[in-house]
Amino acid sequence: MLPILIVFVYLAAVLYIGIFAFRHRGGREDAEQYFLAGRAVGPYVFLTSLFGTHMTAFAVLGSAGHAFGNGIVTFGLMASSTALVTPVCLLLAGTRMWALGRRHGFLTPVQMFRDRWECGHIGTVIFAVQAALLVPYIVIGVMGGGTALRAISNGTIPYWVGCAVVALVVMGYVFFGGMKGTALVNAVQTTMFLLVGTTAFFVIGQGMGGFGDVFAGMLENPMEAALLTRERVPPRYFFSYMFIPLSAIAFPHMIIFCLTAKRMTHFRNTAIAYPLCLTIIWLPSTLLGVAANHATDVPAIQQKLEARAALAAPAPDLTADERHALRRQADGEDVVIQLLHHYAPIWLAGLLGAGIMAAVMSSDSQILALSTMFTEDVFTHYDGRMRFGEASQVRLGRAFVVLVTAVAYVVALRVPADIFSLATQYGFSGYAALSPLVFAALFWRRSTKWGALAVTLWSAGAVAAIAWFQAAVPAPPAGSVKVIWSVAGLDLLTRTPGGTAVLGFAPVMPMVLVSVALMAVVSLLTRPPSEATIARYHAPARAASGPGPSPDGTALGV
Amino acid sequence: MQESLKRPVMAAVAVTAAFFLHQDYWFWTVPRPLLFGVLPPGLWYHVLYALGCAGLMWWLARMVWPSHLED
Repeated sequence: MLPILIVFVYLAAVLYIGIFAFRHRGGREDAEQYFLAGRAVGPYVFLTSLFGTHMTAFAVLGSAGHAFGNGIVTFGLMASSTALVTPVCLLLAGTRMWALGRRHGFLTPVQMFRDRWECGHIGTVIFAVQAALLVPYIVIGVMGGGTALRAISNGTIPYWVGCAVVALVVMGYVFFGGMKGTALVNAVQTTMFLLVGTTAFFVIGQGMGGFGDVFAGMLENPMEAALLTRERVPPRYFFSYMFIPLSAIAFPHMIIFCLTAKRMTHFRNTAIAYPLCLTIIWLPSTLLGVAANHATDVPAIQQKLEARAALAAPAPDLTADERHALRRQADGEDVVIQLLHHYAPIWLAGLLGAGIMAAVMSSDSQILALSTMFTEDVFTHYDGRMRFGEASQVRLGRAFVVLVTAVAYVVALRVPADIFSLATQYGFSGYAALSPLVFAALFWRRSTKWGALAVTLWSAGAVAAIAWFQAAVPAPPAGSVKVIWSVAGLDLLTRTPGGTAVLGFAPVMPMVLVSVALMAVVSLLTRPPSEATIARYHAPARAASGPGPSPDGTALGV
Repeated sequence: MQESLKRPVMAAVAVTAAFFLHQDYWFWTVPRPLLFGVLPPGLWYHVLYALGCAGLMWWLARMVWPSHLED
């Protein structure tokens, strides 16, 4: 009972922070204040809120769950790849978008795309695809909250109630506090999770008799020793995961957070600290997930191991429903919480449970981003603000926050996929395929709106095709693959237990490469924007004709 | 090479090298030895890699910081 009480006190505190931000905004209701915190976020809040919004439930529950089933490969697959790619993207593209946002007053990435490529409706198409891809990411947060609350309360709070509580708290502080409330809450949550996550790691390790003994014991058992290697993930699949972190710079909520920094130097500190923060969160999560395989004295974990063994055993008489039920039972998403229950003192379990809630409740910035995008890219673009005024824009943004949260809640109750695969296969892969939009807009003078449209339609189509494929072709049993399309002995398309593989690579890699090719070919075949527009974004090319007139007189020279 | 291009090229080479250093296939199926009793080779390599990335970002921020955008 005590742990869940501590968690509810924490949730109340988080809600208060959002309302506190609302009260201290000085009565201003303009869009830039509500949606971007007045572009005045300081260095510490910028780092922690940007990092917090990137690391959702999937970083904690999903990574431990993935490590529980696949071993130490989880860290290299997602954490160390992100440690390189995301900070480089922040230094390269984040700084430039920040500067463009300041100069031209952009609040969303679509505003920049519309201006850069002189387009209107194509921007609306980009908005629609971005919004559709963002929903799974929001759902992850709600699902993570429901899973965590159910586990922390030992099943007293049902999943649907847990999801509802998290959705209502997040909706509350986003509704009242806007970006200022969201950034403050994210900063508190990230700080809390960094601190208590480390504590949880050591307390559980001590409870299990020391990680040294646990891993030495695992080495003695061939099945468990395999989890201390990366043999459960093929090298090609591992390589293709380097493309997943490109999604960070294409996520609208990440771009919108980039626009909130008070100074550009905030990016420097953030880029340097990012790999360190990643290590602090992902290393304990991975180790705890792997070590959970040895915690057979925890009944809930023992049941998961039995379900996994039943799935792996040859059992042709298992129905699809039975197989699905076993897969759900074998899911490792709540193993960290189960370890906490078993090994930590009850008061600490409550505090650490609140820390876990802090990490999983990061769907706030995605909800706010969707609201910002809708009001700016649709309402304002189609003259809504001109007709109804700026105050109505903020009111509409708040109404949209309520609507999006309600939809995410309903979807969270109906979606069966586990957190990790849901995140990587739909949200992350789709946004990684959209990342050429950002780089082309910022760095390639010759890019065109038709190239952008081709990339957007391809990304949406590819995600839809993967979703359809995985729904139509049931996953094979663990440890096997189902070859769907093979040419001359080459397996072009395979259905794996966790998803899909194209030539052995995760779908994200061909998706990104095709996006790059489409942007290049279609842009070269179509007419570029006017010289005046290009000159506002790029330094004039040497030996070319001089820059055209610019509304503010200077080129940004990105 | 022009002086203005030297730094961006060095930065690009460093990032490309880091990209390929991530693919450490030589430790794929090796669980021993455990560093500090807990970190198998496939894990401690990537922990060091992630920490190295922080150093790389510090260096990149010095080498190719777009200071002309700050004003």
